[in-house]
Amino acid sequence: MDTRQRHKLGGVVLRVENIHKTYGDNHVLRGVSLDIRKGETKVIIGPSGTGKSTLLRCINQLTMPDEGKVWLGDCEITSRREDINCARAKIGFVFQSFNLFTHLTALSNVRIAPMKVGKMPKAKATELAMKELERVGLADKADAYPAELSGGQQQRVSIARALAMSPQLILFDEPTSALDPELIGEVLTVMIDLARDGMTMLAVTHEMGFARVVADEIIFMEGGGILEQGPPEQLVRNPQHARTGEFLNKITELYGE
Amino acid sequence: MVERGLPTTILLTLGLLGMGLLMGYPIAFLQVYGPRPVRWFCRGYEQVFRGIPAIVLILLFHSGLSRTFGILLPAFASGLLALGLRSSAYQSQIFRGAIQSVSEGQMQAARSVGMTKVQAIRYVILPQAFRLSIPPWTNEYSSVLKDTSLASAIGVHELMKQTTLIYTRIQFTKGVEWILVILILVALIYWVLTFVGNTALGFLERRTRIPGFETKGQVER
Repeated sequence: MDTRQRHKLGGVVLRVENIHKTYGDNHVLRGVSLDIRKGETKVIIGPSGTGKSTLLRCINQLTMPDEGKVWLGDCEITSRREDINCARAKIGFVFQSFNLFTHLTALSNVRIAPMKVGKMPKAKATELAMKELERVGLADKADAYPAELSGGQQQRVSIARALAMSPQLILFDEPTSALDPELIGEVLTVMIDLARDGMTMLAVTHEMGFARVVADEIIFMEGGGILEQGPPEQLVRNPQHARTGEFLNKITELYGE
Repeated sequence: MVERGLPTTILLTLGLLGMGLLMGYPIAFLQVYGPRPVRWFCRGYEQVFRGIPAIVLILLFHSGLSRTFGILLPAFASGLLALGLRSSAYQSQIFRGAIQSVSEGQMQAARSVGMTKVQAIRYVILPQAFRLSIPPWTNEYSSVLKDTSLASAIGVHELMKQTTLIYTRIQFTKGVEWILVILILVALIYWVLTFVGNTALGFLERRTRIPGFETKGQVER
């Protein structure tokens, strides 16, 4: 609880304004807006096909939004004048399917972006990468290739890869959905530690345990928009919409407390 | 046969494989990642050069050019150009297949850490596509090596040309049965070259192998 109070005062790191995205006839996002302040953790939940992942992808423009703006700090990164590569380097992204570079060791996976994008000398990048691997508890796996790691370990390496660029915030796209149940814990532990260390995070996940422990706010999305948002206790105990309560009941049944 | 023909065959093979490699990779990447008109152009190029028999191309680049436009290329150069362009078209499709079997997530992950498209291709897609392309590429090596024999039609003094020169002579001096002997001998030389090359490529495949890129589908029983 105290962790949440501590970073209420930070400035807005990410501002998303009126994002629309259509695929053919399918209006996936219908004007989504949200703010995240420095050090905040927000969790997005909602039924599948409701645009949660698309929203994350629109934020760092792996998918181009049809309409709407995204600000990172004071900088509108949806502007054509802005170098999107530069902006993406400041936004960590953790994929559901990890997407580690298969031909590189864990160490190289973490080191490559600081070296090639951040122009950091190899020795310094190696040192940084080892530090980040230690942070996710995988320093001993530095020389392992992704195919030699478990899903949970791969996801932790991919978190280290995101951290190595010292991002202003990290987007998590269902980071534990592809994992065996017994591997979910290790990834959530890393994410909880990050949140407590003051990392700014926006996570699409149905791990309500995680949401309750660290989320400043839960955002319930349905039908391409935000139906309801609020602090975890409020949303869980006293949802304003029947649909929110219904959905929360369903995932509590599935995922437990 | 061996002292003059063999080096020419090897030189021609290496030359057109190299030419195909240098052109094939850019064509493949442009066909996958290029802007639409460029993609169309690459597709057109690849379709043209894969759709014409090698012998027709060779004659086009030699007799065709010289008789119509007065551009007389040396036979070796015509052969290299015709077979090299053809090989670049075939190789581009090998590489395109390899590039497209690298999962989409790799590109997304590379872009998500701030790499430009070119950086992502250079550091993430290419190293993986290269590994995936070695097995099908051995196929291209094998067929290209043997296709060089077609250059004999325009008088390139490679292995096959030397062979025909020898057996047309030898049948009068030593008897017609020597035609068979000489042809079996040349067949054996081509076979050895193919074998040696493929063995070398197999070695390269093992050298660049990393976990996750090993030959799949092996079962114990």
